[in-house]
Amino acid sequence: MKKITSTVMLASTLAFAASSTFAATLDDVQGKGFIQCGVSQGLPGFSNFDDKGNWSGVDVDICRAMAAAIFGDSEAVKYTPLSSKERFTALQSGEIDVLSRNTTWTATRDTALGLNFAGVNYYDGQGFMVRKDLGVNNASELSGAAVCTQTGTTTELNVADYFRSNGMDYTVVAFEKSDEVVAAYDSGRCDVYTTDQSGLYAQRIKLKDGSAHKVLPDVISKEPLGPVVRQGDDQWFNITKWALYCMVNAEEMGITSANIKSKSGGDPGVKRLLGEEGSFGENLGVSPTWCANIVSQVGNYGESFARNLSVDPLNISRGVNALWSNGGIQYAPPIR
Amino acid sequence: MNKEESAGPPPSTTKPWNDPAVRSIFFQAVLLVTVVTFGMYIFGNTAANLEKQGIATGFGFLDTTAGFGIITHLIEYNESSSYGRAFFVGLINTLLMAFTGIVAATIIGVVIGISRLSKNWLVSRLAMVYVETFRNIPLLLQIFFWYAAILRPLPSPKNSINPIDGLFLNNRGLYLPSSIPEDGFTLVIIALVIAIVGVVIMTKWAHKRQDATGQQFHTFYASLGLIIGLPFLAMVVTGFPLSWEMPVLKGFNFVGGTSITPEFIALWVSLSIYTASFIAEIVRAGIQAVDHGQSEAAHALGVKSAPTLRLVILPQALRVIIPPLASQYLNLTKNSSLATAIAYPDLVSVFTGTVLNQTGQAVEIISITMAVYLSISLGISMFMNWYNAKMALVER
Ligand SMILES: N[C@@H](CCC(=O)N[C@@H](CS)C(=O)NCC(=O)O)C(=O)O
Repeated sequence: MKKITSTVMLASTLAFAASSTFAATLDDVQGKGFIQCGVSQGLPGFSNFDDKGNWSGVDVDICRAMAAAIFGDSEAVKYTPLSSKERFTALQSGEIDVLSRNTTWTATRDTALGLNFAGVNYYDGQGFMVRKDLGVNNASELSGAAVCTQTGTTTELNVADYFRSNGMDYTVVAFEKSDEVVAAYDSGRCDVYTTDQSGLYAQRIKLKDGSAHKVLPDVISKEPLGPVVRQGDDQWFNITKWALYCMVNAEEMGITSANIKSKSGGDPGVKRLLGEEGSFGENLGVSPTWCANIVSQVGNYGESFARNLSVDPLNISRGVNALWSNGGIQYAPPIR
Repeated sequence: MNKEESAGPPPSTTKPWNDPAVRSIFFQAVLLVTVVTFGMYIFGNTAANLEKQGIATGFGFLDTTAGFGIITHLIEYNESSSYGRAFFVGLINTLLMAFTGIVAATIIGVVIGISRLSKNWLVSRLAMVYVETFRNIPLLLQIFFWYAAILRPLPSPKNSINPIDGLFLNNRGLYLPSSIPEDGFTLVIIALVIAIVGVVIMTKWAHKRQDATGQQFHTFYASLGLIIGLPFLAMVVTGFPLSWEMPVLKGFNFVGGTSITPEFIALWVSLSIYTASFIAEIVRAGIQAVDHGQSEAAHALGVKSAPTLRLVILPQALRVIIPPLASQYLNLTKNSSLATAIAYPDLVSVFTGTVLNQTGQAVEIISITMAVYLSISLGISMFMNWYNAKMALVER
């Protein structure tokens, strides 16, 4: 019996190794000709679709940048909208190639779910939104409040920690879909709506009368949001990381989609970024002009931020997401 | 083989592989081996798979701190409770929804089903409209409809509707005073138990007497009297050993008392109304399946309409009603998992939602959840089979 068991185990392990290892996502993606990108079900500024079904946002730009690096075509992306609850399973099971969906990098997610976080494209923190007529000015006045939030988020945990550690009571009403959270909050089910602050600004647009609500100044957590890939495929992990770093480095060097043509033959750093020197593309397994393609088709980090977040109606300022050289914490390792 | 065959009198002409008994054992053995091997294969494969992908495994997570809040919990639960406890909170919420839903759906369904057969044109038409409307609209839409219909018109806690003292209705839920038993309350419970036992004995006696003498006894009113009267008497004797905790508005919301959330109400109403439309049809079909001659015979014997329905029609109709009714109960229980859409923390929402997302242990959590739903369903089936057997026609 024991022998049978071990034989079966062995056989299955072998079968597994042949069938379900995700070692070569790049080959897979090149074979099918597009990247399958997991995004939100509609979060303005991060991943949102217009009435023609075109996706845009800073999270969407990560996937577009990867497609530009791999195919030289930032449009070679297909999107899978996911709720907070579904997102990790979709990635683990191979339904999507990369998850770029305002997802917080936490220890559990990084170590126990078989996933890897490939950097941070937005530094966020959790906040609270309330009706202005409630007369609340900061979070410490919220004791006893009913709080609306989404299941399967760090938000759900942070809010519990915050109220508990401050000795305040609360009731949590947790929905699966963000539109349902917004609808419930809007109809008065809760006193407070809590999620990442960027998310609060984005969701406020969906309320019946956004101007009747305000975001409280308190930030109760660290929410570094970034793209996620499956653990165990280093090449794909590298491509994802460097697609983001390329955009940040380009901003730092002042290379934009508008001026990239005129930058050719510049200083050595610029040359390396544009693929005119070195073999970075080859090492990554993509074309030598990978980063030039990203910048000309998607833009640098600052352009993406400005296009998606610093415009009406969001008007989010760079804040901590400014480059380290401008007093922020966005910092990319050099391309060298 | 051949030798043995020729030795044994009388020589069998069938070859062993043609013998049905041998064949059936052989094929069953093959099937068993295949299933077991396949099961082991799947198990081993999955374990290896998870390990290689770096996904945590095992059931240890059930002991770790959950760290999130759950709005409805009938057992003690807070953020520092374990995932295992969160599981039970979800399970109990599911069972609560299933039980209350089944009770309400049965009552509404029986009333509507009988109304459809009413001789009153208006009543039967209204019942038909009910059935056709609620049966044909997808359940999820009905849930959202009731949720919005309940939340929208209700006022904020500060402007609560307060029809009688201690009862408040607002968009956070329905708040009621909760009763706290004091010394002497056990006597009331004992009185209730005695009353119930008394009713059972009395019913038996009344049946016997009717069989023997033909005299009827109004068991219904006598039972009602016993069940209400005896505990009430005990209450008077012990001096009403109950104190009430009133809900009071404190800050944003009411605290104290008992509260029922709008999510519970919306889900309960929609599940009951939806399932009742199917039950109504089952009841109607069951009643119509009883031959018309049965009621004519009863009437000819001078039995009035109500006892005819209760004593002649329904017992026969039940045999037709129970099996499909059981599957409606199962449907209701499974449909209660739509709770996750409107924030009612049932098993699916709490356990396969939040807990799964936070621990990432999909295989363990989905297996536990499937096992739970299977057990609940089997439990309901077993009960209904038992009831069916009890109700089945006893040939005399
Ligand atoms: N960053 C948090 C929260 C992410 C999250 O799900 N936020 C919500 C509210 S802003 C959201 O993205 N909703 C959009 C959707 O579900 O499609 C996390 O990773 O757990």
